[in-house]
Amino acid sequence: MNVHEYQAKALLREYGVDVPPGKFARTADEAEQAAIAIGGTVVVKAQVHAGGRGKAGGIKLARSPQDAKSIASEMLGMRLVTKQTGEKGKLVSKLYIEAASKIDRELYLAMLVDRATQGVAIIASTEGGMDIEEVAARTPEKILNVQIDPLVGICGFQARNLALDLGLEGKQVASFEKLALALYRLFLEKDCSLLEINPLIVSGQEVGPLDCKLGFDENALFRHPEIEALRDPDEEDARETEAGQHGLSWVSLEGNIGCMVNGAGLAMATLDIIKLAGAEPANFLDVGGTADAERVTQAFRLILQDERVEGILVNIFGGIVRCDLVAEGVIEAAKRIGVAVPVVVRLDGTNAEQAREMLASSGISIIPAAGMQDAAEKIVAAVRS
Amino acid sequence: MSAWIGSQTRLLVQGFGREGPRHAAISKQYGTQVVGAVRPGQGGTEVDGVPCFENVKRAVEATQANASVIFVPAPAAGDAILEAAAAEIPLVVCITEGIPVRDMLRVRAALRGTKTRLIGPNCPGLMEPASKVRIGIAPPSIFKPGPVGVVSRSGTLTYEAVHQLSQLGIGQSTCIGIGGDPIPGTSFIDALEFFASDPATQAVVMIGEIGGTAEEAAAEYVAAHVHKPVAAFIGGRTAPPGKRMGHAGAIISGGKGTAQEKVAALEKAGIAVSDSPATIGATLVQVAPGLKP
Repeated sequence: MNVHEYQAKALLREYGVDVPPGKFARTADEAEQAAIAIGGTVVVKAQVHAGGRGKAGGIKLARSPQDAKSIASEMLGMRLVTKQTGEKGKLVSKLYIEAASKIDRELYLAMLVDRATQGVAIIASTEGGMDIEEVAARTPEKILNVQIDPLVGICGFQARNLALDLGLEGKQVASFEKLALALYRLFLEKDCSLLEINPLIVSGQEVGPLDCKLGFDENALFRHPEIEALRDPDEEDARETEAGQHGLSWVSLEGNIGCMVNGAGLAMATLDIIKLAGAEPANFLDVGGTADAERVTQAFRLILQDERVEGILVNIFGGIVRCDLVAEGVIEAAKRIGVAVPVVVRLDGTNAEQAREMLASSGISIIPAAGMQDAAEKIVAAVRS
Repeated sequence: MSAWIGSQTRLLVQGFGREGPRHAAISKQYGTQVVGAVRPGQGGTEVDGVPCFENVKRAVEATQANASVIFVPAPAAGDAILEAAAAEIPLVVCITEGIPVRDMLRVRAALRGTKTRLIGPNCPGLMEPASKVRIGIAPPSIFKPGPVGVVSRSGTLTYEAVHQLSQLGIGQSTCIGIGGDPIPGTSFIDALEFFASDPATQAVVMIGEIGGTAEEAAAEYVAAHVHKPVAAFIGGRTAPPGKRMGHAGAIISGGKGTAQEKVAALEKAGIAVSDSPATIGATLVQVAPGLKP
C-alpha cells in the first residue's frame, strides 16, 4: 500500500525528522491560505501516487500567495502524465504547499527489504533527483548498498560511513546519521516495504528529505490501523478494493477475457496461456480455497462490471477444493446474474468427472474444456465467433 | 527415503482450529504418522485420535515428533515457527499465508545456526509419495512414486504440473512447495542441492514466478552443481509491473524480477523452459526421455 507525499512527511515528522513546513490543500483558495501561513516562496506539489511529477508540470514554484492560487487552480483537475502513470495519467485533486528549500546538492536514499540477503538494504547515491533505475543502468558504481542485519539493526558507524561515501562533511555527517537512524526506526516499526527519499537534499550543514515515498507491507496492515486509515480510494482500482473486501485477490488488466482461477501461481499461468493463445486477459483473479456459489457469483459480478469483457475462463484445479462444489457455484451464479458472454470451464482434480456431468446437464450454456490448453483455445474461439 | 522426510517422519500439527485437523486427518489416511497437535488451553484432550498438548516443548517430549506443520494464523505464525525451532524440531513447514515480512526477516535471522529447516511460509508443503509422507495441504490422489523431484513457489500450479507428470506415467520423488512469500525459509537452491544428491531423484521440475531473483540464482547453481536434467516453467510473463499478483512475493519492482529475465537465466544454464503451463510434463520428457515408461 502506498501513501501520498504529504502523508509520508507527516510520518517523518512523527519520527523526529525535520521536513520543510507544509500544508495540504484541495482548492486554489486553500493553496493561497497555505502560502500565506507558510510565508515566502513556496512549492505547489500535486499529490498523486506516482513519481516524475516535476517533469510533467506537477511541481511548481510560487513566489507569492496569489501565484500559488493561480498555479493551484491550473493544477487541480489536470491529468498528470508521467513516466510512471501510464498514458491515462492521474487526475490531480490534492495539493501539498511546501516552503521552498535551498538546495546545495541532491542525493538519493532508500530503504527496502532485500530478498537476496534476507535483510534490509540501504541504497544511496550521489545522483539524486534522477531516475534511480537509469543511474543503476548507466553508472552502477554510483549506487551504494549497505546491508542491515535485522537482528542487529542499523549501527551509527554504518550511517556515518555512508555519509562520508556520499561526500558529506563536517556537521552534515551528524545530520545524515540522525536522519538515517530515524528512517530505519520508521521503516521497521511501521512495517514498510519501501522508503524512498529522492532527492535527499543538502542545505548548508543540514541533510533532509525534499520528497518522500513510502510503501507498506500489505500483510502487516492488520497491526497498523493508523496506516490503513491513510488509504486514498481515488488512487486505487475500485474493483481491486471491492474484491479485497470479499476476500478475493484481484488485479485489473486491459484485455477482453475475464478469468477466475484457484491459486495465484495457476492464475498467473492462466493469464500467460490466454496470451499464448493470441488473446488478452481482462483481470487476474485468485478465488483461493473456497470457490462456492457465493464466491463464484461475486467473482462473475466483478468480472462483468467491465464492458470490455467478451468471455470468461474458469480454470480450477481442485485439490482440497471439490470440483462438484465449484460446478454448483458456477451454475447458481450463472442463473442468479445471467451471464450473456461465453463461459469456458475447465475443472480437474477432486470430483472433476461428477462436476463435468453436472455442468452438462445444468441447462445453462457453458463450454467444458479438458486441460488448460483446450480451455485457452476454446475461450479465444468463442470470443472471436 | 530422503534426508528431509521419510518413513521416520513423526508429524506435529501447530494450529488445530479448522484446517489443522482436516489436513491432519487426510495425512493420516494417506499414511503419515501424525503424532500430536498443539492447542494452547486444550492440553490433555484428543481430537480425531490426535493427542493435544499445551505447547511444542511438551508435545515433543511426549511424542518425539521430528517434524511440524504450522496452520497458526498470520499474526502469531512467526512466533510459532520460533517455538518449533526452540524445541529443536528439524523440519518445520509453515502453510500460513499473510505473515508480515518484518516477522519473517526476524525469523530467518533467528533460525541461523539452529537445527531447524523451515519450508514456507505460504506454501502447500511437502509430499514424498514413496514413503506416504504428506506434510501440508496437497491433494494426495494426483501423486505417484517416481523419479522426478518438484520444487515450486506455487500451490495449484504445482498440482497441475504433478498431474501432467503422473498422466505421462512419470512419478515424483519429493515435491517441495517453497511458497509464494518474499522471504522463504527454503530456497530453490536449497531444494536443488537436496535433489542433486538424492538417489531417488533423477530429474527435476522447477516452477517459478515473477518477483525477486531466486530463479536466476538457482540457474547459476544448476549450471555449476546439478548434473541431472531440469525442466522449468515461470509464471507471470503477462503480469504488469508494480502489481502484487496474489502471492506477496510475486511482484515486479524497480524493473526487476520479470519472467523474461528468469527464463533467459534458466535457459542460459541449460534448463529447458516450457513456454506454456500446459506443457510442463512434456518439457520434462524432452530433457529426460528415458523416464517416460
